[in-house]
Amino acid sequence: MVKPTSEPPERPTTGSRRSRALLGPVATVFATVETGSWRTVRPEVDFSACSQCGVCRTHCPTAVLEIVEDQAECVVIAWENCKGCGICANVCPKGCITMVEEGNRDAH
Amino acid sequence: MPTRRVLDGNGAAAEALRLARVRVIAAYPVTPQSPIVERLSSYAADGTLKAKYMRVESEHTAMSCVIGAQLTGVRAGTATSSVGLALMHEVLGVTSGCRVPVVMPVVNRALVSPWSLWCDHQDSMAERDSGWLQFYVENAQEALDTVLMAYRIAEDSQVLTPAMVCLDGFFVSHSPQLVVVPDQEAVDEFLPEYVPANLYLNPKDRLFINGLVPPEDFSEMRYQQKLGFERALEIIPQVQRAFGQKFGRQYEMVETYRSEDADVVLVTLGSMSGTAKHVVNKLRVQDPRVGVVKLGVFRPFPVAELRKALKGKRVVGVLDRSAGLGADGGPLWLEVDSALSGTQTRVVGYVAGLGGRDITETTVGAVFEELLQIRDGARSRPAKPWIDTRDDAMELRKVGESE
Repeated sequence: MVKPTSEPPERPTTGSRRSRALLGPVATVFATVETGSWRTVRPEVDFSACSQCGVCRTHCPTAVLEIVEDQAECVVIAWENCKGCGICANVCPKGCITMVEEGNRDAH
Repeated sequence: MPTRRVLDGNGAAAEALRLARVRVIAAYPVTPQSPIVERLSSYAADGTLKAKYMRVESEHTAMSCVIGAQLTGVRAGTATSSVGLALMHEVLGVTSGCRVPVVMPVVNRALVSPWSLWCDHQDSMAERDSGWLQFYVENAQEALDTVLMAYRIAEDSQVLTPAMVCLDGFFVSHSPQLVVVPDQEAVDEFLPEYVPANLYLNPKDRLFINGLVPPEDFSEMRYQQKLGFERALEIIPQVQRAFGQKFGRQYEMVETYRSEDADVVLVTLGSMSGTAKHVVNKLRVQDPRVGVVKLGVFRPFPVAELRKALKGKRVVGVLDRSAGLGADGGPLWLEVDSALSGTQTRVVGYVAGLGGRDITETTVGAVFEELLQIRDGARSRPAKPWIDTRDDAMELRKVGESE
């Protein structure tokens, strides 16, 4: 019977991450594909009707919605990743989110 | 001191994983591979192997666990066959794409349907584009030795490509043979402790691995893998030489057997090679110009070495142990024919040994007989490329027969 003699190695690190390139699908800084560029329609919120319940935030598959309670435009959307799927508009109990044609990107 | 033991191919493969000191094993049993992971689980249980054994619910999960475990900085192992390999398919691409140099014995078994427990090569051939190195072995000793070499090759910092070591179900996996098992110290010298050369999991130095990659970077990452395979073609012979010097058994990517002076050569893969060599020895009494070329590696496909070994040959037969449905012939034949394009050599493909059918002396003898007839101009093509298939193939299951 052979008994292993050595202990498991120290956990690996690159040590000098900047001095070489890693291979394969790895992110060395946080970055994502800008799925917002896929959007053809975008959610428009009627803030006066919004009760800040957060159902849209819970259901958003890309987690780009945020509720900021103490500001007038209380639903904040990270546009670089919102694909315009429309789930938020469908689940909103107040019906205060409308999907509108994505015309001029500068509008938002 | 190395020990001489009676082991079958499964036992030899399991001993190799033990000697490589795998620290995590995640596996699901599947015939004819199960004895490999049974042996490893015993070693993990009795302390022979200091390893965590995870009995997972599927091969998809087995390979997922192996990737995660190996990224923490240890060798992680599994083994599979047939439908198990097919169920792993998606994750095989993650292993190779993330450049995790896992080494996995694959015990070749036919794919469904028809259901079969027995040997052919369709399971691993279906994964020939999954980005894994593929070695095919002839016997139990070669299984043990090739697993050890595969670790050195796969883990090379410029290869970083996982490897399948394919052994024929039952013909190798369950055939007890005399195997020289090297001692741990010698293997440790040949195969030092694993150090991840690329990606790793460390909570103190975090990487985000396997995220969505846009079209702007995808081709480049595939190209990195392509270069890994090109590098493997240089590294494999170096590792085979180092292994030969250390352990006294020398392997080749392209093994030539009495083919140097031959003008009719049969190209083989796996356990059929021994039968082919035996038939050549017998045929040489009558016709001295026959030989065998055994491929020890299928991925990367050793085009230059194969062209060198088959240079000037008049007729080259290729014996495929998988059907290659819908193609003009079996996958091995396609590769060999492509490698020899532009030469005067005639490349003739045969399919035999499917679903556990033995590739007998008679079958190999019939192949050589036709190849010699083609060489002599007495025949232009094979009478029946599926050379061991019965003539009543279309009448196997008769129903409603008239009186």
